[in-house]
Amino acid sequence: MLNQLTLLAAEGEPSPVLPHTSEIILGLVAFLLLLGILWKFVVPRFEKLYQERTETIEGGIQKAERMQAQAEENLQKYKDLLADANAAAARIRDDARIEAEQIREELRVQAQEEAARIVAQGRNQLEAQRAQIVAELRADLGRTAVELASKIVGESLDDEARRRGTVDRFLEELDSVSAPAKK
Amino acid sequence: MPLLAQGEFQPPGVRDFFLPPIFGSVTKPMVLVVLSVIIIAAFFLLASRNLKIVPSKFQFAAESVYDFSRNGITREQIGAKDFRPYVPLILTLFTFVLVNNIFGIIPIIQFPTFSHIGFPLALSVLVVYPVYHIAGIRKHGIGGYLKKELFPPDIPKPIYFLLTPIEIFTKFFMNPITLAIRVFAAMFAGHLILLVFTMGGEFLLLEANAWLKPASIVAFLFAIAMTFLEAFVQVVQAYIFALLSAGYIGAALAADH
Repeated sequence: MLNQLTLLAAEGEPSPVLPHTSEIILGLVAFLLLLGILWKFVVPRFEKLYQERTETIEGGIQKAERMQAQAEENLQKYKDLLADANAAAARIRDDARIEAEQIREELRVQAQEEAARIVAQGRNQLEAQRAQIVAELRADLGRTAVELASKIVGESLDDEARRRGTVDRFLEELDSVSAPAKK
Repeated sequence: MPLLAQGEFQPPGVRDFFLPPIFGSVTKPMVLVVLSVIIIAAFFLLASRNLKIVPSKFQFAAESVYDFSRNGITREQIGAKDFRPYVPLILTLFTFVLVNNIFGIIPIIQFPTFSHIGFPLALSVLVVYPVYHIAGIRKHGIGGYLKKELFPPDIPKPIYFLLTPIEIFTKFFMNPITLAIRVFAAMFAGHLILLVFTMGGEFLLLEANAWLKPASIVAFLFAIAMTFLEAFVQVVQAYIFALLSAGYIGAALAADH
């Protein structure tokens, strides 16, 4: 190929591998002109655009990150609040249970006391009524016995002391007879 | 067409690359180079006139080209630290070579400017070559730069006898020349292939006997197929030219070999 080309060149054909000075100069000048235009006007504009775009995107990302952080913070806050509320509820429930237990115990004790008191009162009343009845009966019985005895014996047992002694002795005997029967 | 008149097919050759001047001593490639400057400058000036953060379609197209040169080539080759000052140079190299190459398949224009070796030579020897050496010298000092380039560290001493001459030959002679020849040869050969198929097809259609005329269809089909291949080669060559230029600058700036 090269041989052929040099042959052709020798025959008066232009050689493709030998540069023309005019083309080198024109090529260089044209290139430098274009380089100057692009360097001075085009590249700075594009670089400015890149800068702006980067800032816009970074601004957006930062904003999103900020919002995310805030959301996480809020979530944490709500979680804390919820945990607190749960703890408080549990505490209140426990307190209430203890309190209820206490109240129930107190009521039970009170009721027992009340019952005991009522029973005791009843017993006392019963005792008193019995004593009263016994006393009344004793008096009636003494008098009746004396009257009957007077009628039978025909003499007045006016001697007070003697009369009392007789009646009492009688009643004592009566008591001792009736006591085992009552039991 | 002179070939047709002769009645015998004369294959296209070097002379088809040197058409007579349009006027005075102004030739077609000269006009095309100027045209390419106007096209690229107008494209970028219009596109960058009112840049928006959210781009329009036109702005997006310009941005893609800019972004490709800036990030795809310059930053990739020179490194994120000091690629900025070289963005305009690589952008201009890429677009300038690209548009001039693409001229090869644009109807009517149909001439790749860089098939004239003067243009790629001007870029590689007079622009890229000084730029990457100056960049290296400014960064490392002349002594440091030469030492770094010619005497890479961590190599047994005797190897330098072999390596240093090779490095000198590569760095100071071959790099700029191969850079120019690569794109020149690709454009020259590509244009020649297109000429062969179209002129051959034309000749077969008009001059050949009736039996051979249908063969011109094959020739034209091949011409169309080769045009697509050429489009690819032209873009790739522009990319390689810019990529290697950035690569040389990156290598000169790099801390060690």
